[in-house]
Amino acid sequence: MTAIDSPVLTADGTPLKASLRRALRREKARAFLLVAPLLLFVLLTFIAPIADMLFRSVENGIVHDTIPRTVQALRNWDPEESGPPGDDVFEAFYTDMVFAVERKSHTRLGSRLNYERTGLASLFRKSGRRVGKFDTKDYADAFKTLDPAWEDAATWDVLAGSEAASLPRTASAHATWLEAVQADGSDPLEGEPWDVLYAALYADLMQAPAGGFENPLLNGAQSAAAGFEPVSLREQFAAIDEDWLDPQVWRTIRTYAGRYTPGYFLNSVDLKLTADGVQYRDEGDRIYILLFGRTLYMSLVITISCILLGYPVAFLLANLPLRTANILMILVLLPFWTSLLVRTSSWKVLLQQQGVINDILVALRIVDDASRLILINNQTGTIIAMTHILLPFMILPLYSVMKTIPPSYVRAAKSLGATDWTAFWRVYFPNSVPGIGAGSVLVFILAIGYYITPELVGGTRGVFISNRIAYHISSSLNWGLAAALGTILLFAVLILYWTYDRIVGIDNVKLGG
Amino acid sequence: MKLNKTVIAAAALTLTVGPTAVSAQLADDITLVSWGGAYQKSQHRAYVEPYIADNPDVTAVWDESSYEAVAKLRAMNEAGNVTWDLVDVVASDAIRLCDEGLAMEIDHDELLAPAPDGTSASEDFGDLIVSDCFIPQIVYSTTFGYRTDMVGSTPPTDVCAVFDTAMYPGKRSLEKRPINNMEWALICDGVPKADVYDVLETEEGQARAFAKLDTIKDDVIWWSAGADTPQLLADGEVVIGSTYNGRLFSVIEEQDQPVGMLWDAQVFDLDGWIIPVGLSEERLARAKDFVRFATDTQRLADQAKYISYGPARMSSAPLVGQHADLGIDMAPHMPTDPENAKNTFLYNYEWWADYRDDLDAKFQAWLAQ
Repeated sequence: MTAIDSPVLTADGTPLKASLRRALRREKARAFLLVAPLLLFVLLTFIAPIADMLFRSVENGIVHDTIPRTVQALRNWDPEESGPPGDDVFEAFYTDMVFAVERKSHTRLGSRLNYERTGLASLFRKSGRRVGKFDTKDYADAFKTLDPAWEDAATWDVLAGSEAASLPRTASAHATWLEAVQADGSDPLEGEPWDVLYAALYADLMQAPAGGFENPLLNGAQSAAAGFEPVSLREQFAAIDEDWLDPQVWRTIRTYAGRYTPGYFLNSVDLKLTADGVQYRDEGDRIYILLFGRTLYMSLVITISCILLGYPVAFLLANLPLRTANILMILVLLPFWTSLLVRTSSWKVLLQQQGVINDILVALRIVDDASRLILINNQTGTIIAMTHILLPFMILPLYSVMKTIPPSYVRAAKSLGATDWTAFWRVYFPNSVPGIGAGSVLVFILAIGYYITPELVGGTRGVFISNRIAYHISSSLNWGLAAALGTILLFAVLILYWTYDRIVGIDNVKLGG
Repeated sequence: MKLNKTVIAAAALTLTVGPTAVSAQLADDITLVSWGGAYQKSQHRAYVEPYIADNPDVTAVWDESSYEAVAKLRAMNEAGNVTWDLVDVVASDAIRLCDEGLAMEIDHDELLAPAPDGTSASEDFGDLIVSDCFIPQIVYSTTFGYRTDMVGSTPPTDVCAVFDTAMYPGKRSLEKRPINNMEWALICDGVPKADVYDVLETEEGQARAFAKLDTIKDDVIWWSAGADTPQLLADGEVVIGSTYNGRLFSVIEEQDQPVGMLWDAQVFDLDGWIIPVGLSEERLARAKDFVRFATDTQRLADQAKYISYGPARMSSAPLVGQHADLGIDMAPHMPTDPENAKNTFLYNYEWWADYRDDLDAKFQAWLAQ
């Protein structure tokens, strides 16, 4: 009995099961190692960039990171108010701006917010130049005259530690100041406190109950500060630009204060996020829906043109004797091997109004010299050039599928009495549909993301959404919007692919064999 | 690998020689970014060749990426690996790079050489220093060229000829962006030059500019590359078109095409260097050393031998000579020549930095309608 219950052992004494399992694991590891380079490659060059793009389309940390105190203070402000926010917001904003200017991040924030409200870029740039020269210097001078201890960074260090609870603004400003000074590489204890610290201290002292400090230095400063000439930061900002008193500016900042924003996606579909919720853009600003629609429509037209032109060619290729078919094949592949830019530029030479095609038509008296055809810099140009460029992607899958259709099928149909057309339409064509499917998916997906050809021959009405994405990536630097547009395009393709799978079935798509 | 060996060899050499230790603090190669074509060639011949003659150890590499410099620099900066040492950009891009914290703020008087008469660099460049990060190099203009054989006996003398389809029928080419076009439209709609940006700031003003552009919308071929208009003019596709003045110079003088210049209401723009943020100490030292040399009075004047762009220094203007290959006087081809600059328009960088995104969206929507 025991002999049966006890596990079977291998020669070296380990149980057979464990030994087998180990061998299998080793096999699996080896197989994994074999695919690992490809997996890593796909992960790094495909999955990671797409994930990054998806993230960028909603990411909006810049407002919160650059002006955290302002964002905090604005939470208590009612955006419905007709006037600008109160002094607390301006105080917070002043502190934030001083440090943002030191990090040179205020202009970056300005360009970000300028996407949402025109004029903010220069407002931030202009304010950045002046924010270090505010009258808060008067506070600094007054405190220093009161007690030379205020000149000493060590005093601030001690107070920011021991009185953090009663001096919240000072403690927070001091912490950021320390970071800024240390980032500069200098010793904070040697440094001279900035005006912004005195302004924060003044605000704290004014808010705290009179004489409520344990530290006599603070109590003294508090009673003296009551007699200081107050500096209104709101007026200081207003002196730079009246726009700082415009509640719309603050509404924009408040609306885009979150770390994540749906703003880019809304912009991509001609909507905008305002303090009053989501609204349509003005009639004159709507463009993306139109461009998405046009991209889909033109890609469809290009796909259909490719089927119409490619099918007969593929049929010939598959049915001609090998010798002739090979020559024809080279003619199909030759453009495929030529640079895309060369082909697109040749289309320019051919299609323009003083170009080859128009010249021939005029010479043949088919069109009048005064009414030469406009074949380029419009949708026609894009459709012609892209159909030509994408044609091989239709012909090759069609050809490889047609090659596998046994000629005996058509012969059998004919011997049973079918006409040539019936034999083709009822027998040959259904067999070639997987090729059409594969070609269409390839051509359509390539067309939808095409960029350079529409840019060169598309004029104004023949450009795709990808041209706008490129514009936002390389010119306007609105990467968030570009990412949102790209994400929508990606999902449009995925949805189309899914629909195609539902209707035709992806198993019916064959690239050959 | 080869590069590494050279660096090690060079380092070893300087170590053994000793006294030349100063040069060990300068990197031995420099990557310059520019626009390619005739312009980059002019920079190469006027700045780089003489610099390398003085510093034979240095290798200069050109990267023709100025078209996408802002985006690429931002990407490099995010990746923490800036591989460019000096980048040639237009002034508006310099302002944006400065805003984004991607270009280094510099002290012009400290970094750049004074004029031969001792005038400080900041005075010599004057108003052309439009940003703390910008080192001006040339003044170019966007202006119009027309087919001399297609305008009959009355060649255009006024920028508004572009909008006059009765007098000058045929296609015209304009740049596919609002900048310049909006200004020209308003000027030709009767807005005084000084008020253009005030008008353009309002909704009504923008509508007015678009309405003016509407009158020729069907006759316009929109270009996006500087080479488009010269090609369209040479092919007779357009009767008149805007582009950079240097491109027109080469069509007219170098390729001898029947094209004439229309300098009226030319829009001045600037091009210059910026130093990217994030360079190592040696590379920064080399970039600074090179840029000081490349933007001195003589070098800027030399560049005008190869291309018809005006030197950005006032002190360079009297030194502008003849074209290196054609032997013609360059001064009359400069956008800054008094004869050409009778009526010029100064492009407002700050204004466009604000309104660019907004107006561009409107412009694209207008184009698509």
